[in-house]
Parts: sequence; C-alpha cells; structure tokens
Amino acid sequence: MRFMVIFKANADSEKGALPDPQGIADMNKFTDELLEAGVVLGYEGLHPSSKGARVHFSGNNRTVIDGPFAETKELIGGFYLWQVKSLEEAIEWVKRVPNCSPTGEGEVEIRQVFEPEDFAYAFSEEGIQQEKNLRAQLAAQAAKR
Amino acid sequence: MSATDPHHATHRTIEAVWRIESPRLIAGLTRLVRDIARAEDLAQDALVAALEQWPQSGIPDNPGAWLMATAKHRAIDYLRRNTRLETKLAELAPEIAEKEQAVPDYVTAIDDNVGDDLLRLVFISCHPILSTDAQLALTLRMLGGLTTDEIARAFLVPEPTIAQRIVRAKRTLTESRVPFEVPRGPELDARLVSVLKVIYLIFNEGYSATAGDDWLRPTLCEEALRLGRILANLVPNEPEAHGLVALMEIQASRAKARTTPTGEPILLLDQNRTHWDQLLIHRGLAALQHAEQLSDNQHRNSGPYTLQAAIAACHARATTAEATDWPRMAALYETLTRRTPSPIIELNRAVAVAMASGPQAGLDIVDQLTNEPSLKNYHLLPSVRGDLLTKLNRHTEAQIEFARAATLTRNTRERDLLLKRAQECTQSSQTLPRE
Repeated sequence: MRFMVIFKANADSEKGALPDPQGIADMNKFTDELLEAGVVLGYEGLHPSSKGARVHFSGNNRTVIDGPFAETKELIGGFYLWQVKSLEEAIEWVKRVPNCSPTGEGEVEIRQVFEPEDFAYAFSEEGIQQEKNLRAQLAAQAAKR
Repeated sequence: MSATDPHHATHRTIEAVWRIESPRLIAGLTRLVRDIARAEDLAQDALVAALEQWPQSGIPDNPGAWLMATAKHRAIDYLRRNTRLETKLAELAPEIAEKEQAVPDYVTAIDDNVGDDLLRLVFISCHPILSTDAQLALTLRMLGGLTTDEIARAFLVPEPTIAQRIVRAKRTLTESRVPFEVPRGPELDARLVSVLKVIYLIFNEGYSATAGDDWLRPTLCEEALRLGRILANLVPNEPEAHGLVALMEIQASRAKARTTPTGEPILLLDQNRTHWDQLLIHRGLAALQHAEQLSDNQHRNSGPYTLQAAIAACHARATTAEATDWPRMAALYETLTRRTPSPIIELNRAVAVAMASGPQAGLDIVDQLTNEPSLKNYHLLPSVRGDLLTKLNRHTEAQIEFARAATLTRNTRERDLLLKRAQECTQSSQTLPRE
C-alpha cells in the first residue's frame, strides 16, 4: 500500500526560516532510517506559500490569487511517499518522526494513495459493461413505472 | 471485532511494529547468542510477551528497545542454563554483564553495530551451504518478517514443507558452525551474488503471479523491492546492488499494464504505456545511473543485473514502442551475452538486432540457435523465427514455425494467437486479389 505522509506548515516554514541544525540533523537521521527500511518512494519539501499561487474556479471563471496564504496550520510544508504493508505500519513510522516544531506542537497527516487496482474493476471492460447493464436495467424499470 | 476495538487495533499495531523491528531484533540477538535458531526463538518469545502485555500497558515509546530488552533477559536465562555457559559467558560477559547494570543502556547497546548486524543476517540467510529453497524461505522469514503460512501461500507450497525447510536450514547453519561475520573483499563479492539471486527470485515469483492466484503472491514483488532497497543501503558501494534495485523498479513499473482485465498477458510492445508507473521508472533510472557511476568509479564493467536494468531502461524511456532505442538495446544484449552467455539472452538479442538492423540480421542470429538443446521446447524460438520470416515475406516457412510454436505453449491465449498468425501466413502466401 502506498501512503502520502503530509507535514503541515508552521510560522517558521512560512517565513522561509530553516529549522535549527539539530532539527535538520534529526530529520535527516529519520529519513535515513526510512531509507534503510526500504519504505521510501519519494519525499519533497515545499517552499513557503509566498512563492506559490492559487487558482480559484467559479464556473468558467478563473481567478489567480498570489501567496502567501493565511491558514498556516492547513498548509502543506512537505511530504513523503511510502510503500508499507498497512496503515498501522505508516502510523508507527510517523510516531517516530522527530518533533521539530518550534512550538512543540505539530501535526502529520497520513493519506492512502489510490493505486490502479483500486480503479481496476471500475475501468475494466467487465466493470464498464456491468455498469452499462445496471444503468440499462434501471432505465427499463423507470420506464415501466 | 470492529476496527475501533482497542484490542483489535493494538494487535494490528503490534504486527506493524514487528514488521519494522523484527529484522534488527533477530540480527542483534544473532550477534549475541551466535545461533540463529536460538535468536529467532528469543525474538518470538519477546513478540509473545508484547502481545500479552501491550494491549493492557499500551505500545511502549521505544518498542524496539522494549523487545530487545525482553529478548536479552531471556538470552541471559538461556545462557545460564546452558552447559557451555562458562565459555559463552566469558565471550559475552563483558557485553551483557555490563549492560545488565544499567537498563537504559540496552537502548544504546541496540544502536551499536546495527548496520553490520542486519548485513550479517542477510548474508547468513543466503549462505551458500543452504539450498536455494532454504535461502528463499529463511530470507523471507528473517528479513521479511513473513509467517510460515504467508511464505507457503506465496510459493504455492504446503505450510509444513516451508516449516521444515526453515527448521532444517537453521539446524544446518548451527551444525556447520557457519561463521557469523560479514564477508569482506572477494568473499563479499561471491556471497553477494547469492543474496542478489535470492532477492531476484522472490521478485520473479511475485511477477509471475497470475490473476486468480493467492493475493499474497504479487506482494512478493514489493517484498523483494524492499529487501533490495535495504540491501543497497547496507552495501552502498556495490554497483550490482543498485543494478538489481533498478531492474526490479523498472520491471515493477509495468505491473499494471501487463494483463488484460481478464488476466491474459499483454506483450511489452503492445502495452498501454500510460499505465506504466512513472514514479518507479524514475526511481529505477536513478538507481541505474548510480550503479553505472559506481562501476565507472571502480573501473569495473557493469555486472549482469546492471546490464539487464539498462536494457529494461531502454523500454522504460521510450514513450511509445516505436521510440525504443533498439541499437542501444542490441549493443547492451551483446555485452550481456558476453558476460553471462545464454541461449535465451541470444534470442532476445536477435529480436533487438532485428528491430535495429532489419529482420535478416536477426534471423542470422536465430538460425544459430535452432539446434540449441535448452531451447528445444521453448515456444518463443519458433515464434520469433516465424515473426522474422514473415517480415522477409517467407510466408510458407513462417507458417510452419508458428504452427510448431503453437504446439509448444500451454497458454491457450498464446496458442490461439500463434495459430492465428500461422493462418495469416497461409492467406498471405496465396496471392489472391483483394476485393
């Protein structure tokens, strides 16, 4: 199973301030442990939202909004992509993340990544045909009423 | 049990902790007691204790340290009861007695030599004194943390057979007094070959799984990839470790494109490349580059896994079948066949050469293989020959080859495909005017 492990931003990361050297060393050591365990598929850090933008959709309209964005706690600071056997395994690894938050408080979110077999049945020929049959049946039933 | 039931949740969590901690735990214990069977028993005892206590007390902050401390206490009990205890204690006393003084020191003691411990366990599991089957079972058990049942289901073998294999393997290692040291120098190279072979065998077992097989079987690919990545981290200067990872990442990238919805195989050149996993391709190409760089730096030729990965990379880089760099692939196959000569590699080389330089060039190579004993019943030989003959408009001969190939394959869809091609040859060789 694949999981995205999302690190939320904080005031410091939004200022573009690097964590202290100990924090960096701790995180590097943690990443090393993950790499040694063979579970990491990828990882990236994100620049502060001041360097980014948002595009707002309204019907056919598109509005561009430049960063920074206000709700720091909801912003993403970085992520890992892991290959592990279960959500519990992902949780166990996340519990070992060093707490580098300047306030001592922080949150890491774990989300399962869709994989083709999750879609496989829906988009398989068999699945599509079955979907069509079901719709045809429902249409026929509706017509009878 | 509902998912929110605390006992249920804790059990799954303990399984996750075990998966994370068990290889290091067993590796550390093996170093301590110098007996892999005893080490695994002690580790299992610690797991049982965890299953008994953690549902009540909660998961400890440092579960690895807890498990190691529990196992070490039992190790000392065992050593005390052992008749050879004098010698053992003399060997180990400095380590254990000292650590007994201050319990928190167990934590730091675990972190010592951890890298070496794990590498040692890898080499022991794949020791050449064991049969390949035993190496496979032991590796999946010790390093993969798979249960006997899981290993049995993955390899389509009865559970008691696997259980026996593991027991006998451990006994062989103990009785032959296999030294528990990490091999160095030329011995390391030789022993590494066994390890790479075992990991790739696990991968291929998973890769060969078909729809309808136990769902565990394809997960062997992930296990092998994980073991390969772990190995590459343990021996980072070994080009072939990275080469093997590259090969597996790239092959795994095609996993979802290889079969139809009904589970029939799709040939590589016919696959929908939008279903190729780009993340795995990216990782594979990076690992390949790393392997080639290391080989260069060490003034060594690329090994067979690195070469096979480079061949796989030719496909991976091509966004369409037409964009494939066939000349490069032909050259790589030539290098590979010189390193590890094999008729099957020659056959693959013929296909690449035909794509690069025309069907006659490919046919010249295939014709050298017609009397090869190991390919006598290999359906791909006449199949490839038939294909090349078709391209040369030698339809009568091609038809004979496809018909022969059809008799040699047990796969019904492949047979139907080959019979169809044979029939098309008959139609082509008859010069009927088109409507």
